[in-house]
Amino acid sequence: MSLLALSNVTIRYGRLTAVRNVTFALEEGETLFITGPNGAGKSSLLRAIAGVVPPAGGRIDFGGHDITGRAPEDIARMGVSMVPEGREVFASLTIEENLLLGTGMHAQARNWRSRSASELAAIYDTFPMLKDRRHSQAGLLSGGQQQMLVIGRALMTSARLIAIDEPSLGLAPNIIDQVYDRLIALQAQRSLTLLIVEQSSTRAMLVGGRMILMRGGEVMLDGDARAMGQSEALQAAYFGYGEH
Amino acid sequence: MAGLLQTLFDALSLGSLYALGALGIALIFGVMRLVNFAHGDVIAFSVFALLWPSVDAVAVVFAGNMPWFLLVPFVLVMGAGLSVLSELLVFRRFRRANPATMMIASFALGFVIRYFLLMLFSSRPKSILLLPTLSQPVEIFGARIPLLQVITIVATILILFGLTSFLRRTRYGLEMRAAAENFTMARMLGVRANRVIMGAFALSGALAAAIGLILAAQTGTADIQMGSAVMLMAFIATVIGGLGSLPGAVLAGFLLGAASVVMQVVLPAEARVFRDAFVYGAVILVLIWRPQGLLSARGTKERV
Repeated sequence: MSLLALSNVTIRYGRLTAVRNVTFALEEGETLFITGPNGAGKSSLLRAIAGVVPPAGGRIDFGGHDITGRAPEDIARMGVSMVPEGREVFASLTIEENLLLGTGMHAQARNWRSRSASELAAIYDTFPMLKDRRHSQAGLLSGGQQQMLVIGRALMTSARLIAIDEPSLGLAPNIIDQVYDRLIALQAQRSLTLLIVEQSSTRAMLVGGRMILMRGGEVMLDGDARAMGQSEALQAAYFGYGEH
Repeated sequence: MAGLLQTLFDALSLGSLYALGALGIALIFGVMRLVNFAHGDVIAFSVFALLWPSVDAVAVVFAGNMPWFLLVPFVLVMGAGLSVLSELLVFRRFRRANPATMMIASFALGFVIRYFLLMLFSSRPKSILLLPTLSQPVEIFGARIPLLQVITIVATILILFGLTSFLRRTRYGLEMRAAAENFTMARMLGVRANRVIMGAFALSGALAAAIGLILAAQTGTADIQMGSAVMLMAFIATVIGGLGSLPGAVLAGFLLGAASVVMQVVLPAEARVFRDAFVYGAVILVLIWRPQGLLSARGTKERV
């Protein structure tokens, strides 16, 4: 059974259709890149999976449960962790408070504190920079540091699926490399399932894995990222050659 | 010296009322972007909850006969209860509505509460003797200060201290602060929207009830309009403080209290009747100088 399955998902904002009949499935432990030009509906798709935008049609299943139209907090508690575009750290909260928010789903558990403490230690191990500044406000961090923070925060939720919207947005190339290095190391370490949205397909080809190319709200291509990079179909699909 | 001390206590106790009111409004605004105009009516409701319905001029005290250690929690629970109820029955249905719609709904709710009280108690103010020992003065450095003023100030400080540690030290408080800054992101991390919003309403209602208690003890009357004057000043305080900023609301509340009392003292006798005009004039100047408020809340993003 797939971890995540979308069938015929359609998303509308008023009269505008942002996503049209998208169907794909994601297996446990897989890395899937969703790429495509601006306005392809990539972010909308992630927002629908997270429950922020209820789909106008279709069905989303996660871990064998129908999550279509469920509240974001319920979906998060089932194991979907979102890292939205623009990072969205809680600027007025400290770094540690930002991280602790991720453990909210276990807040009722009796061992919440000790469990959070061990999770925190693991995150600080991966991102030592966060530990050094754990009591300063998250708003004071640089873009790259904030990206590390939100990835760390997503990991704190002990999620089964981490969905990241444009992790490289607004970051310098060497910082992007660092972010991806960490992500890939973490994935191997924790056998995570990753769903990464990027505008450009170059990163997907570099990292490898599966790639879906979207344009105009529809899936144009779905396959192995590296193999797709070799073919001319990619450019054609991205820019829409040979149509009209 | 004694006169100065008296003025200081007047300013602090009036400021306490405004600060508590502003805090109640800011708490709800923080998580819901709702300016709750029914807040003043929650103040009146929690006082009337002590009385037996009647239209007589002298209140038929019912629950008000309890000793203070039962009476105070009773009133606080009444305020919190009504506030939570208004969330469940009214505001929950407007979660996705725009702020103006919610504001109008809060106006309507305020009228419903007020007319409910009017039906049961009539519009005549009632005399009510609440905790009479509190009106005795105490001597502090030669100044005779009403005990109630001292208690008001001490209680406000305790409430502020308690609320701050609740927000800083507890899981629930952390979720509230996160939700006030970016509700959608907080929910995507598993923070339960209903729980946080209900908590904010309960706290806000309890704060309104505390104001009701102080007002009733101070004036010795219960009046269905008793919350409106404080509510107006408290609303102004939340705006001056920076909508959504809790420290800002408290600071501005105390500043407004101080401004009112100081104007009362320094204005020439014939200008004193226009005191409020001078206070509001000062408010306008502050807002021209800092339209975003004294301490503007950072990164306040869209609600739910």
